[in-house]
Amino acid sequence: MLKLEDINVFYGNIQALTDVNIEIYEGEIIALIGANGAGKTTTLMAISAIIPQKTGKIFFMGEDLRNRSPDQIVSLGISHVPEGRHIFPHLTVSENLDLGAFLRKDKKMIKEDMEYLYNLFPILAKRKNQKGGTLSGGEQQMLAISRALMAKPRLLLLDEPSLGLAPIIVKQIFEIIKKINKESNTTIFLVEQNANLALKVSFRGYVMENGKIIFKGPSDGLIKNKKIKSAYLGL
Amino acid sequence: MEYFAELFLGGLTRGSIYALIAIGYTMVYGIIELINFAHGEIYMIGAFTALIAASVFNFLGFGQITVFLLATAVAIIYSAAYGFTIEKIAYKPLRNAHRLSPLISAIGMSIFLQNYVMLAQTSNFVRFPKLIPDFEFIEPVAHIIGSSEIVIFVVAAIVMLALTFLIKFTKTGKAMRATAQDKTMAMLIGINVDFIISITFIIGSAIAAIGGVLIAAHIGQINFYIGFVAGIKAFTAAVLGGIGSIYGAALGAFVLGWTESFATGYVSSDYEDLFAFSLLVIILIFKPEGLVGKSTAPKV
Repeated sequence: MLKLEDINVFYGNIQALTDVNIEIYEGEIIALIGANGAGKTTTLMAISAIIPQKTGKIFFMGEDLRNRSPDQIVSLGISHVPEGRHIFPHLTVSENLDLGAFLRKDKKMIKEDMEYLYNLFPILAKRKNQKGGTLSGGEQQMLAISRALMAKPRLLLLDEPSLGLAPIIVKQIFEIIKKINKESNTTIFLVEQNANLALKVSFRGYVMENGKIIFKGPSDGLIKNKKIKSAYLGL
Repeated sequence: MEYFAELFLGGLTRGSIYALIAIGYTMVYGIIELINFAHGEIYMIGAFTALIAASVFNFLGFGQITVFLLATAVAIIYSAAYGFTIEKIAYKPLRNAHRLSPLISAIGMSIFLQNYVMLAQTSNFVRFPKLIPDFEFIEPVAHIIGSSEIVIFVVAAIVMLALTFLIKFTKTGKAMRATAQDKTMAMLIGINVDFIISITFIIGSAIAAIGGVLIAAHIGQINFYIGFVAGIKAFTAAVLGGIGSIYGAALGAFVLGWTESFATGYVSSDYEDLFAFSLLVIILIFKPEGLVGKSTAPKV
């Protein structure tokens, strides 16, 4: 479904990604784990064309993503929940959700999807008319995921959904991630520093260090890998 | 009392014009955090375009109202095209540069446009035709208010209401608000941010052109320098109200208009600018975010 081939990204003279190859199949949950600054967010930003990739190719459903603008990539079916949630602070919860469906025209379906998400996250229904900036971190994360789902993506990119949240909220959010994957067959590419959690929900995983993929494989295998255990799982 | 009413209405007229220009400053600032110093020049170009267009339409023998409407339409189109082009050539290439670079580019653009109009037209004041007819119904109050003043408030009010509607309820308006609040996220939900920025420049410039035509028709003469003075005043109004907020720009414009009008009327016209800018300094000391501006809290 998504294929990254030899992606190299530079910020000025600093190379952020070196020959990154990742392949994701339809219906999977794939985890990308690694330390702070390893290049995980950069990888997602390269897919969404927020940073222009320097070299390499990205294919989505067979389409070459080169020379495509961020909005065109969204229209192909890729939604991105960025690190830090990026809720529009002065817009209400329902306006935030509505904007998630910016490129869709089927008004009736948009309403239905919004109801579906309010059922999935009842707290958002309660806060419907509240400004996005007034929500707690966990509520904002739920809103950010819901907003991305409003675009009806085929592939959902999630950047650090657990960041800065209480463990009980994190658990709840990961349950929802699994549910989204199962119920609507949405493929999920999950970037996480919390390697333990990410490898538990995902089918396969990639481990990144200094902009390079150093391990890949089925998640249960990675969890047992001694090197990964000591470096990322703190066991 | 009549004198007070006259000053009040005079302030309202100035305020309306300042508001029409200030909206462009504040919208552009809201979206890309740039003070578009060339914005006053757009207003001046609007006035010049209307002058040329009006001469042509007069020559063709159209009636007074038709000439006014057509000349305004031409001015809007021209100014919008200038605004769009200025953004593309002077600001877009610098979008990721240091914040000062586009600001300097804006000042350069402003000087360029002033000189361009001066060379292409003249450095002298030129007479602007009387585009707005004298309405009969205002004759009883004609000594305190003219028909061009009435047209100015009505048009300013309509423009502001239409803009509020656009921003609150249309899809483009929502995209503009989203872009103003978080550009990266706007891209990630599929908003074409370049398009939204262009639209912002086009709308701001079109509104400034309307202001340019109205004030030129009211005063009766223009030159290449009118944009600079009006631009500085409108910028002051935008800062006074809270730059980035459209409602603030309108409020700031009226406060500034009345301050100037009453200072002129009760003190002396020599002190008009003194009062205007003193007000700005006082507001900036006691309420730096402007009258209704939001203090920009760091995003968490």
